Amino acid sequence: MNATAAADASVVGAALGCVPSRGRGRSYVVGRVAQMVPTLFLILLTAFVLLQLAPGDMVQVLAGEAGGGSPEYLASLRQSFGLDQPLYMQFLLYIQNVLSGNLGFSFRNNATVTALIGARLGPTLLLAAAGLTVAVVLGVAGGALAAARRGRAADRVIGVVALLIYATPGFLLGIGLMLIFSVALRWLPVGGFVDPYGVDGAWAHALSVARHLVLPAITLGALHAAIYARFTRGAMLEVYGQDHVRTARSKGLSAQRITLRHVLRNALLPLVTVIGMQTGALLGGAILVETVFAWPGLGRLAFEAMQQRDYNLLAGLILCSGTLVVFVNLAVDLLYAVLDPRVRLQ
Amino acid sequence: MRTLIPAIAWRSLLLSIAAITLQAPVQAQTPVRGGTLVVVSNPGEPAVLTAAFNQQGAVAAISTKIFDGLLHFGENFKLEPELATNWDVSKDGKEIRFRLRPNVKWHDGKPFTSADVKFSFEEVWLKVHPRARSTFAAVEAIETPDPLTVVLKLRNPSGVILSALNSAESQIVPKHLYEGTDIVRNPWNAKPVGTGPFRFKEWVRGDRIVLERNPDYWDAGKPYLDQVVYRIIPDATARYAAFETGSVQYGVLSPISVNDLERAQKNKNLQVDFHGYEWLASRNVLEFNVRKPPFNDVRVRRAVAHAIDLAAMSKVTTRGFAKPGTSPVLSTQTRFFTTDLPTYPFDVKQADKLLDEAGFPRKGDGTRLAVTLDWLPFGENYLRYAEFIKQSLRRVGIDVTIRGQDLPQFMRRVYSQNDFDFIVTHIAGFGDPQIGTDRLLWSKTILKDVPWSNGAGYSNPAMDGLIEAAHEAPTEERRIELYKKVQRLAQTDLPSFTLLENRMYTVASARLRGLSKGSDGSYESLKNVWLAP
Repeated sequence: MNATAAADASVVGAALGCVPSRGRGRSYVVGRVAQMVPTLFLILLTAFVLLQLAPGDMVQVLAGEAGGGSPEYLASLRQSFGLDQPLYMQFLLYIQNVLSGNLGFSFRNNATVTALIGARLGPTLLLAAAGLTVAVVLGVAGGALAAARRGRAADRVIGVVALLIYATPGFLLGIGLMLIFSVALRWLPVGGFVDPYGVDGAWAHALSVARHLVLPAITLGALHAAIYARFTRGAMLEVYGQDHVRTARSKGLSAQRITLRHVLRNALLPLVTVIGMQTGALLGGAILVETVFAWPGLGRLAFEAMQQRDYNLLAGLILCSGTLVVFVNLAVDLLYAVLDPRVRLQ
Repeated sequence: MRTLIPAIAWRSLLLSIAAITLQAPVQAQTPVRGGTLVVVSNPGEPAVLTAAFNQQGAVAAISTKIFDGLLHFGENFKLEPELATNWDVSKDGKEIRFRLRPNVKWHDGKPFTSADVKFSFEEVWLKVHPRARSTFAAVEAIETPDPLTVVLKLRNPSGVILSALNSAESQIVPKHLYEGTDIVRNPWNAKPVGTGPFRFKEWVRGDRIVLERNPDYWDAGKPYLDQVVYRIIPDATARYAAFETGSVQYGVLSPISVNDLERAQKNKNLQVDFHGYEWLASRNVLEFNVRKPPFNDVRVRRAVAHAIDLAAMSKVTTRGFAKPGTSPVLSTQTRFFTTDLPTYPFDVKQADKLLDEAGFPRKGDGTRLAVTLDWLPFGENYLRYAEFIKQSLRRVGIDVTIRGQDLPQFMRRVYSQNDFDFIVTHIAGFGDPQIGTDRLLWSKTILKDVPWSNGAGYSNPAMDGLIEAAHEAPTEERRIELYKKVQRLAQTDLPSFTLLENRMYTVASARLRGLSKGSDGSYESLKNVWLAP
């Protein structure tokens, strides 16, 4: 695994090399941000076309949920939503709105898309960050332990546990944890973001959110931890066989120091890339976790928007999550240069 | 510090156990003031918080706590006063005069008057309510001689109007906040101002909606609860877990899956109630596309009806909770319901005979014909119904392919493109056959693109004659008589037939007292509800 390939893999539609030249960090970031614009435009265009291919429209869903309607009622809704316009006009109007910072209005939710996404972004980022932390800590620790104890009992146990978790569907894992820790033991709340009442003050609020966060974060994190553990183990075993590790051993360094400083640090580089590439998967996996634990995040919002053919909201969500993924990839590339001084940004 | 949190948790656990054991022997009967009721919002999160133009179940369930109706329904559809203290129907049936309750205030302090009723009627219901145009078709003019009187002038007598003036179906919005605005996009739809026992406090999208006691409610001393918090819990298992742990105490419209229902009934901390759904009159229906073969032949439709054992279907798909259907009007709609109708008892031989007569003899492999059944994507239940029907029809040689899709595609297939053979779907009765039954049978309800209209494409001049006569019937007796004839013809022609009368259920904590037993009790205002300590 070398740095160039890793960096390439994590870039959306852009070619990057590792040409030695230092101190160009800022112009690199500016360049990368500029490259995002056509990427996001393409994401948006694709999403718009795909959404229009889905049969049925929002007005019908609204009338369906309402238990009926008259043709005049449907026609007036369609007109007021702009759905009677030709498709290219709808797209042009949309782009025009987006450029002026307006993501449109969600008729289904009777609120602006910006407000809806804004309210959900925080919980999603919190869940994703907590899930990622769980995944990285458990995954790296488990993988490192397995690699250090290669072939012994600990290695086998970690391997089997990782496989089991990986093979369990996310919602099943979530429901299982809920039944144990919420219903049977009553240690943690069943779901939601914060206790519905009786929470006074910032500390109580934070504590309540934290209690609600535990199970969803573990559910989301465990699935990825299983992947990271396997990955870390493999990467570390590869590094164990390299010359500098043999050198370190022959210098008489302790096994612990070799594992942490000489092996793990090198093995982390490809892992960072994998984590970056899996951001999308993490956000996608959050849909199930958010549904099981009633977590008010973007994933559930997107799922509902799709079910309701709420095009403006969906387009806004796609734009938002697209931006998130692109930024995470940029962050991964920057992190790469920090972790490995040999990597140069250009 | 480390042990503090578990200690508190344990103590509150012990306290709540103590509370339950203490409360059990002596059941307090005097209402207790105070407390927060946590409710699960079902089905799902509402789009807005006024049912004046949005008739989703979740919208109606929550907004009826914030808004009063002109009247509401007691047991067995008895009309009871709410914002209207009384109403008189003139002798010729062409005028309905409402006297409004004095000194009622909107939550923002402005007085509630007849102008609000007139505005809601003309600008909201008639323009953006999905059903009001047809419900109120007989209304020629609405007059407000003084701030507390509303007079409806009718072209012809119409029995349906009083069945549609509860707050779930015809919600009155404040004129001063809606006049001159785009009603559907009015920001007050999401932070409503009503006259009801609870006023809106906050809505955290995706998480909760909080209502608080209206201190100026016209029914002095009520409501008893301080707060009502609606939580959004999308997963059915999680919803049952929330009831079991007591973190949710109330939910309407079958808030848990039927698989958890028996467990809930056995749990002594929970109560399950089937009252309050008579007005909604929910039923599962098999609807045929009568425009094309094979279901353009009434003998094939009758054969299908004979081939399905509805009692077994109820047992298998709903654990016996639903009641086998007999008519497009439900047995709970007692005024209009009749048993004097053609029936289709489970009879495989009769079905075989009808299919032979219709020209579909058994082929070498035992099948006669192949059709596709689309199920309404309102949850797994409908797939179960479809599977049961597939099994039933296989016995008489009808090979059924089950087709699933999401709701928008189902709507388009059935109501826009009519590209289906038959569907298993859901129909709500909404208190009156004129609202809930006509739309499947009247040729004027063959409406392209309109969900829950006459998707079957059934058109029969005799049926149209009966329905139109019922709309203008001079007396309620005559209207009832005509609707019994409508049922008879519907059961003869069988463009659709009721498989099961759903028994929807409310799940509540055993501590919750004072729930309404009225016909629209599932959409009650909760003003009489209190939490026993």
